[in-house]
Amino acid sequence: MTLDPVILFFLLGLAARLLKSDLRLPEPIYEALSVYLLLALGLKGGIELARYPLSQLGPQIAAMVALGCVLPLLAFLALRALGRLARADAASIAAHYGSVSVVTFAAAMTWIEVRGIPAEAYLPLFVALLEAPGIIVGVLLARGVSGGAAQWGGVLREVMTGKSVILLLGGLAIGAVLGPAGVKPVAPWFFDLFKGALTLFMLELGLVTGRQLGALRTSGAFLVVFGIATPLVFGLIGAALGVLLGLSEGGATVLAVLAASASYIAAPAAMRVAVPEANPGLSLPIVLGVTFPFNLLVGFPVYHSYVLWLSR
Amino acid sequence: MEWHARKLLTVIAEAALERRLVDEVQRLGIGGYTINEVRGGGTHGVRAGEWEGERSIEFKVLCEEAVAQRLAAAVMENYSQHYALVLYTSDVGVLRGEKFT
Repeated sequence: MTLDPVILFFLLGLAARLLKSDLRLPEPIYEALSVYLLLALGLKGGIELARYPLSQLGPQIAAMVALGCVLPLLAFLALRALGRLARADAASIAAHYGSVSVVTFAAAMTWIEVRGIPAEAYLPLFVALLEAPGIIVGVLLARGVSGGAAQWGGVLREVMTGKSVILLLGGLAIGAVLGPAGVKPVAPWFFDLFKGALTLFMLELGLVTGRQLGALRTSGAFLVVFGIATPLVFGLIGAALGVLLGLSEGGATVLAVLAASASYIAAPAAMRVAVPEANPGLSLPIVLGVTFPFNLLVGFPVYHSYVLWLSR
Repeated sequence: MEWHARKLLTVIAEAALERRLVDEVQRLGIGGYTINEVRGGGTHGVRAGEWEGERSIEFKVLCEEAVAQRLAAAVMENYSQHYALVLYTSDVGVLRGEKFT
């Protein structure tokens, strides 16, 4: 196994929290790091984006939106039928699993890069496309189509103008306009320093995850199992879709990671506003305390093996 | 210099409510508000403000007592059931009373 600094820093943060250390990353630094990571991911994807014809990207874009709608439905059905969760709670958790985690994506990109697995450069586009549908479907599942146009306007604005969508799409557009030569002046800042910044972010996420681990005690066995089973199943769906779409080995693996990942930034914020009766104490410990570390520590090689198996 | 008696209404809430609180203030025609990012703990657990999902704000307005009552009633009615919330008022004196009606 290749030791990955990203994972070691995550474990350091986790250990610090479990040891009750008072270590914390100041919130403005966390905020700045997340802006930086999103822009860097977008820019890197954008440089290559202009090279691909729309005839190739079109079906992939449509497939991403469809995937983002189907996954939360599956999660919702499982949570209602097997977990017997209240409608609002099931819908909220489904939205988290329908949407994606940008940090898990960034870690997966470095995972395939370190192993020299080839991948399409425009994969950040998939992240931007997969973030919103899951959340919108989650709100629909909780609210039905009623609830008034004013409220829906607020939810849609919130989701479509979220920081990650704006920065990823903005970065992609700027990267596409600039091209490789145009990006060169900022390349040291955005690309060479990227992994270092990601390790700092991971340290912080280790701390946040460690806090959620404590809350897991009250989650119940079903949700903990759900937090591990869902990425395993959704990863398989993502891998299959990637192979069907003809993505490269790395591309299909990263798509599997995206399907397996659960949002812990955009989805919780949107659910808090749109479905206030859903208890964040149920969703966050599972998403952050189970699924996020599971994907990071165990998931990537599993999803890679799915792709190798499916493309045989 | 003349000090006018006013109420300072402080709302400590999840950051998710920020936009809604601003909307309420504007609906009531209150002239201004101040927001701080804060952290703390209570019946909804520790809200350490380490990442987006658990940020909290302290939202303050200066206004006349009747207006403070109406704002507090609206906030309680709409948000107290599902959100972490603390409301309190204090008596303060302000200069230029016409700004804080």
